[in-house]
Amino acid sequence: MAHAHTEPPAPVALRVKAIESLLVEKGLVDPAALDELVDLFENRLGPRNGAKVVARAWTDPAYRQRLLADGTSAIAELGFSGAQGEHMIVLENTDRVHNVVVCTLCSCYPWPVLGLPPVWYKSAPYRARVVMEPRAVLAEFGLEVPDEVEVRVWDSNAELRYLVLPQRPPGTEHLSEAELAELVTRDSMIGTGQPRRPGQAAGAEGPA
Amino acid sequence: MNGVHDLGGMHGFGPVVREENEPVFHAEWERRAFGLLNLLGMEGHANIDELRHAIERMGPAYLTTSYYEHWLAAVEMLAVEKGLITQAELDARVAALQAGS
Repeated sequence: MAHAHTEPPAPVALRVKAIESLLVEKGLVDPAALDELVDLFENRLGPRNGAKVVARAWTDPAYRQRLLADGTSAIAELGFSGAQGEHMIVLENTDRVHNVVVCTLCSCYPWPVLGLPPVWYKSAPYRARVVMEPRAVLAEFGLEVPDEVEVRVWDSNAELRYLVLPQRPPGTEHLSEAELAELVTRDSMIGTGQPRRPGQAAGAEGPA
Repeated sequence: MNGVHDLGGMHGFGPVVREENEPVFHAEWERRAFGLLNLLGMEGHANIDELRHAIERMGPAYLTTSYYEHWLAAVEMLAVEKGLITQAELDARVAALQAGS
């Protein structure tokens, strides 16, 4: 925007209205298609999808194997695919390795399994710092990774998206797959958190 | 390519600020900006790399504006560059809306 400002810049809401109205008038944007798209991302996609993938991996060893070998296909088995999930890599947390995901350049994130990313994921502090001092950043999230556990930070890009497969919490042997999915938090699939323990209250996890 | 968006390892941004029970969008204009940029891509007016590159061409404003302001800037930039609208049309529409007409 190179034009000189002799007046204060227009508020963003007004700028959005201006360009949307022009594109609609020219028949280049269908407002109904726009509403539909927003509804999809606001109400139908989200981390509950990823939680189902994780819970299946926790209960079905063959699925887990397929998931780690070819994330995209195994995730599609549960019906989750599409934009920003075309090439998925699933990262397995173990007693020795903790994985955490970032997009240092922008906001790449696995939409079909997690929906749209939270603001902090897209923020300058997270993107700048998690690659440099991941343990300090994770500690701010309340996640202390023991020294003997290696932390691996994965930088997403426009082609490759990552999903962390967290470790199944202890004391969950009696739980069903659906009950296990309830324990899987968004942050545990980004790597900035752990799944809840049975009985631990839900919350602080953003939209379901 | 280096650019203002290449934040990995940079100092001075402070702590990671999180919001409890964060909504997917924080304002109606964010919904519209999100939808507009996606539709430009889905309708074949720009591919994902062009969308991303538009944001990366924002310059210093990148660091002082919010995420969906980046998306809005990309929509404005690409709509003009692709000849879907002219800058004059856009400026006139913004002025008209500001004047309340």
